[in-house]
Amino acid sequence: MKGKGTLVIRSGRVLDPAQGLNDRLDVLIVEGRIVEIAFGLAPEGVEVLDASGTIVVPGLIDMHVHLREPGFEHKENIESGTRAAARGGFASIACMPNTNPVIDTSGVIDLIMMRAEAVGAVNVFPIGAISPGLEGKEIANIGSLVEAGAVAVSDDGEGSQDTYVLRRALDYANMFGVPYISHAEDTRLSADGVMHEGHYSTLLGLTGIPSAAEEIHVARNAILAELTDTPCHIAHISTAGSVRIVREAKARGVPITAEVTPHHLTLTDACLATYDTNLKMKPPLRTEEDRLELIRGLQDGTIDCIATDHAPHAYSEKQVEFPLAAFGIIGLETAVSLALNELVHKKVLTLPQLIEKMATAPARILGLAKKGSLEPGMDGDVTLLDPEAKITVNPDKFASKSRNTPFGGWELKGAPVATVVAGHVAYNARATAKTKT
Amino acid sequence: MARTTKPRAKPTAPATHWTRRHLLGLEDVSADEIRLILETARSFKEVSTRAIKKVPALRGKTVVNLFFEASTRTRTSFEVAAKRLSADVLSIAASGSSVVKGETLIDTVHTLEAYHIDLLVMRHAASGAPHFLVRHCTSRVINAGDGMHEHPTQALLDLFTISERGKAFDGLKVAIIGDIIHSRVARSDVFALTKLGTHVVLCGPPTLAPKRFEAFGATCTSRLEEALDGADVVYCLRMQFERQQANFLPSVGEYVRLFGVTAERMKLAKPDAIVMHPGPLNRGIELTSEVADSAQSVVLDQVTNGVAVRMAVLFLLAGVN
Repeated sequence: MKGKGTLVIRSGRVLDPAQGLNDRLDVLIVEGRIVEIAFGLAPEGVEVLDASGTIVVPGLIDMHVHLREPGFEHKENIESGTRAAARGGFASIACMPNTNPVIDTSGVIDLIMMRAEAVGAVNVFPIGAISPGLEGKEIANIGSLVEAGAVAVSDDGEGSQDTYVLRRALDYANMFGVPYISHAEDTRLSADGVMHEGHYSTLLGLTGIPSAAEEIHVARNAILAELTDTPCHIAHISTAGSVRIVREAKARGVPITAEVTPHHLTLTDACLATYDTNLKMKPPLRTEEDRLELIRGLQDGTIDCIATDHAPHAYSEKQVEFPLAAFGIIGLETAVSLALNELVHKKVLTLPQLIEKMATAPARILGLAKKGSLEPGMDGDVTLLDPEAKITVNPDKFASKSRNTPFGGWELKGAPVATVVAGHVAYNARATAKTKT
Repeated sequence: MARTTKPRAKPTAPATHWTRRHLLGLEDVSADEIRLILETARSFKEVSTRAIKKVPALRGKTVVNLFFEASTRTRTSFEVAAKRLSADVLSIAASGSSVVKGETLIDTVHTLEAYHIDLLVMRHAASGAPHFLVRHCTSRVINAGDGMHEHPTQALLDLFTISERGKAFDGLKVAIIGDIIHSRVARSDVFALTKLGTHVVLCGPPTLAPKRFEAFGATCTSRLEEALDGADVVYCLRMQFERQQANFLPSVGEYVRLFGVTAERMKLAKPDAIVMHPGPLNRGIELTSEVADSAQSVVLDQVTNGVAVRMAVLFLLAGVN
C-alpha cells in the first residue's frame, strides 16, 4: 500500500447508489479521503486521473477471496492476489481464513495486515476462523481476532458440522458485532462428491453433491441466526432451495444475508461434459433452474452481493483426473467483465444495482463504515468502469499466480479501467496500454 | 430358442468407414457406427477358430494396455485381441492412482509415447480420465473402463452376443439388474441399446437404480418381477460388497432375497431369454449357480466375443489417419 494519496478524478460519470448520484462530475481525494464531488474541479498541483468515457463508482469490494498466504504461496500470495484484485477493479478484498496456519490467532492477522501494508495493491480485510484450525470443535478467540482486525468470522472451506459448537460460537460472537460467514455444506451428505448430483453427474459417472447438502446447512444457519441474533452471511449460495430459505428468513426479519459468485450466475452442470477441472468447485455448478433462481434472488434482494470466491490453484493441482483435481476457480480478474456482460447488458440488473451488489452491500455486511460510497469523508477508494469495452479473457495476462479459470477465451463487453485505493492509482488499464505503445 | 434373425424394422447399412481416433464411450457414438463395429467383429470372430489364430492387420503397431485398476478379464481380452492382430503388446498394471505413485497421468503417458506407441488401452478408476488424457496425448485411446462412466467394449461385446443369439435389437426387452448407479457397464449398455431401439429396464433398489436413469431412455423399477416379465435378455451386474458399508444396502442377504435371479424367477422372462453377466460372478448373489450354468447363460460366449469385438475396435482405430 502506498499510503494516503491526493488525486482528482476528472471527466467521468460519477455513479454512487448510496447518494443517488449519476452525473458528469469530478471527484477530489485529499490524503486518502474523498473531500468533494463537483463539476469542474481543477485544484492546482494535484495529480489528475482522466476518467473520460468511464463510469466512476465506489471502489468495488470482493468479500470472498482466498489469498493463500500464509502457507500456500505457490498458488497465490498477498502481493499477486491484491494485484489481481486491482486489475479486476476491486479496491478492497476480504480474505478467508483457510490458510496454513489458519487465521485463528491474532498473530496471523497481524502478519497478513503487515504484508498487505508492505506489498498489497489494495485494502485487505482478514476474516478470522470461527474455530481453531477450522475444525469446528471449539470456539476460536474471536475477541482477539476482532481486536487485531478481523471483519468477520467464518468456517469457509469446511462448514460447521457440529451444530452445538456453531450455536455457542454465534452466541459468543454476538458481543463483537461481526457477521458469521457461512460455508453451508453438510459434509456427510456431500461426502466424496465432485459435482452437482443430477442428470449430468449420472451421465458422466461422477459422484454427486446433492443440493440438500447445502440447503440443510442454509436452513439450519438461518434458524441459528434467528436464535442467536448474530448476523449470518451465506457464502457462495448456489441452489434454488437455498434462495427460497434465505428469502423466507429475510421476510421474517432474521439477520441473514447472502452472496453469489459470477460463475454460479453464468455456468451450469451441463458445462461439465468435457470433464474440465476448471469447472470443479464447491459448491458445484448447479442446474439451469438453480441459476435462474439465483438471478431472481439477486434481483429481488434475497441475494445481497456478488463475491468471487477467488480460489487459486497451481496448474499441477488442476491438470489431473477430474475426481483428483482441487476444488475452486479464480475470479478476481473476470468478475467485473462477467457481471457487466451477463447482468447489466442482459438487463438482469441496472448499473446502479450492480454497484450496490459489488460495493455498497459488501461494505454494509462487513461493517466497513468508510467504504462502499463516494460521500465526502469516505475513504478515497474508487473504481473506473467502461461498460462498453470489448475484451477477450486472456488468463496469460492475469496478475494472479494461478490460471484456473473456465472463462479463458470468453468475449465480454465491459471492463474495469482503473482502481484507486486511498487516493493512489493501484491500476490503470489506459496507462498500461500507453506505456506499451 | 429362435435362432433365425428377424428382419430389422429399419434395415440400415453400416457407416461405410470409421473416422474416430478414439473410442471413449458409446454415448456420442451413432447407431451406424455401433453396427459397423459389430459387422467388423463378425469377420474377426472366425480368426480365433483357425489353427493359426493370427492375421497381420496390426503388424508393426504397438499397443499398450495401461491398467490403473486391477483387471484380469478385460486386460487379457485386449491382450489376446491385439496379439491375434499381430500387434506388439505391452501390458502395464499400475496399481492405484497415478498421483499416489507420485507421477501424473500425463507424465506416465508421455513417457510411454516416447517409445512411439500407436494405441493406448486404458482402465482408470477416475471417470473422465481418458477424456482428459486425449487432450494431452497423441496416441489413439480406447477406454477400457473409466470409473463409473463407460466401458464401451464391454457393451459392444454384450451387443455382439445378443445379436449372435439371433435377437434383433429393435423391440427387444433387456433387463439390467443390480448396482446401476456405480456401473460403467450399465451406462454403456444403456447408451448403446437405446440407440438401437431396445427397451432397457433397469432394476435395483432406488439407492442403486435411481429414476434419473430414465432420462437416458431406459425404464427404472425396483420390482424384479416387472423387470423380468417378458424379458429377452436378463443382465445381472456384479454386486460390490462395499456398497453395504456405504449404506446403499442393508445387507447382501436382503439384496439376494429381493433381486437375486433364480431359476424360478427366470420363468417370468421369455422362454428363450438369455442370461448375461460381465463377470466375475458372485454365485448365489446376483444369480444362482443353477441360472449361471443353465443353457440360457451366455456368460462364456461374452468372454469369447470380447476378443472379436476388441480386435474390431483396435483394427478400426488403427486404420484412421
